Amino acid sequence: MSETESLDSEQPSADLSRRRLLLGTTSVVGAVGVAAAAWPFLASLRPSARARIIGAPVEVFIGNLEPGQLARVQWRGQTIGIMRRTERMLQQLPELNPRLRDPESAVADQQPDYARNLHRSIRPEILVLNVHCTHLGCVPQVIPEIGAQPFDSDWRGGFFCPCHRSTFDLAGRVYSGVPAVRNLLVPPHSFVGDDHVIIGVDPEGAS
Amino acid sequence: MAKPASALAKGIDSVNTWVNERAAVGEFYKKHLSEYYAPKNFNLWYFFGSLSLLVLVNQLLTGIFLTMHYKPDAEHAFASVEFIMRDVEWGWLIRYMHSTGASLFFVVVYLHMFRALMYGSYQKPRELVWILGVTIYLVLMAESFMGYVLPWGQMSYWGAQVIISLFGAVPYVGEALVEWIRGDYFVADATLNRFFALHVVALPLVLVGLVVLHLAALHEVGSNNPDGVEIKANKDENGRPLDGIPFHPYYTVKDIFGAAFFLLIAAFIIFFWPEFGGYFLKPDNFVQANPLVTPDHIPPVWYFTPFYAILQAVPDKLMGVILMGAAVMILYLVPWLDRSPVRSIRYRSWMSKFALALFVVAFVRLGMLGLSQDSSTLELRLWTFIYFGFFILMPIWTSFEKTKPVPERVTS
Repeated sequence: MSETESLDSEQPSADLSRRRLLLGTTSVVGAVGVAAAAWPFLASLRPSARARIIGAPVEVFIGNLEPGQLARVQWRGQTIGIMRRTERMLQQLPELNPRLRDPESAVADQQPDYARNLHRSIRPEILVLNVHCTHLGCVPQVIPEIGAQPFDSDWRGGFFCPCHRSTFDLAGRVYSGVPAVRNLLVPPHSFVGDDHVIIGVDPEGAS
Repeated sequence: MAKPASALAKGIDSVNTWVNERAAVGEFYKKHLSEYYAPKNFNLWYFFGSLSLLVLVNQLLTGIFLTMHYKPDAEHAFASVEFIMRDVEWGWLIRYMHSTGASLFFVVVYLHMFRALMYGSYQKPRELVWILGVTIYLVLMAESFMGYVLPWGQMSYWGAQVIISLFGAVPYVGEALVEWIRGDYFVADATLNRFFALHVVALPLVLVGLVVLHLAALHEVGSNNPDGVEIKANKDENGRPLDGIPFHPYYTVKDIFGAAFFLLIAAFIIFFWPEFGGYFLKPDNFVQANPLVTPDHIPPVWYFTPFYAILQAVPDKLMGVILMGAAVMILYLVPWLDRSPVRSIRYRSWMSKFALALFVVAFVRLGMLGLSQDSSTLELRLWTFIYFGFFILMPIWTSFEKTKPVPERVTS
């Protein structure tokens, strides 16, 4: 204790502003260093190069798809549903608008621009949909029949998620008043000839 | 006979001295055991603290042995758990000790937390003990969730899918955040591998550290008791609390009795009822994870269901997630929501008793609703309302209620 006192008395009084500057710059440089050192660790948790490459496009034959039938394929680990909708299914899409949360597909990033229309598809009858519920990722059941259901007395056909009872119509548009707030996603896709659809590739000319 | 004994005693003594001159082990032993004065009126509810420590040790030990056989690889994880169950000698026992231990951990922690609510153990000066405790609870939730994913059964997989998707509710960065957590475009090998690292290395370290802090904070301020009387207020001429008894040997002996009784129940479950009717281990989890098939119903394990029910009460993803998070986070505020001048429920009015009882009913009922698939939204909302009402209205009833006089000394 006495030693410090004697030192204090001999030394000129501290230059406090200089000390503050040094403290400040050291802290800032230190913080930048910590952030830079943390980056590789945090970034290492992102999908690896291998995982990114595996997300290659998938080509599906749809020539044998019956009207009203839903085929499921895998793309990037997601279940993609491809459905050939009937004329009647398409006709009632506009009628459902008042019961939907986003009937006009106003949220742009839930479908590519070329599928941003009433039927949310390139060809009206062929629906290509990422069928994972936009709430918490369960795969909804497809219930195309019209008629009362336990969860909806006036069911017009669509998707029903058993996890938390979100409902979507046959264009993947979400109903109002369910936990999901976004329409089912339409993945990028395009057609090759009449009978093949490629999931993961935009049509030529589209961005 | 006397001579070698005294030589031995001398030897021990000199080792003791040698060690204590270099590290204050004796001091530590005195401070936390032989001269840590705990109130003499602890009752049954005071078993659950030491029991959670016991379960923690069980989880660490059985966990270490499980990692010696388990493979954190989406291709092999499910099979390696079956290998542990069938081919590893006594593997079934170690695995069931671990899986049953997880559920019992929450049983004792919930009872431990209820004890704190009942006797006001979070009140000044024990706020930090409570805050550390709630943090332990949070980390425990993360730890058990990640552990549940490791067997890579259907429930592991789809539970992970649902829980990770919760982070997608964050505005703007949600999707990127979810992808970052999973390390892939879906719940995949990368996810399993990192959950293994977190479950086995990172979170146990954090958990043990927090438990040390929780105990250090507790021993600084001293334990509360069922009367909520501050025993340090009445000390004898040596500075020892008149109503206190040394933790060792009095409470170590009492806790060993509690531990024996607890182990009896635990052993019964482990040997005869390890799935516990689907509550501890779900039948769906005995089917390997399949990204193409969603089970019809994905309920979480029982200890999460109250919060899951709160999530379901709101028909909006972001709001549901916020409310669910708030349901846990609001616990942090309890020391400041309670305005009562007395700690223990024994000296409070019917209002506190009624509120706490109603809260327990709400918590249990929400837990039941969260397990079921077709709970009525109205009922979910009613109990959610009561759950939050307990906390939000706490400042009101605790300021207005008429409390009874608190005795100077603890009652027997």
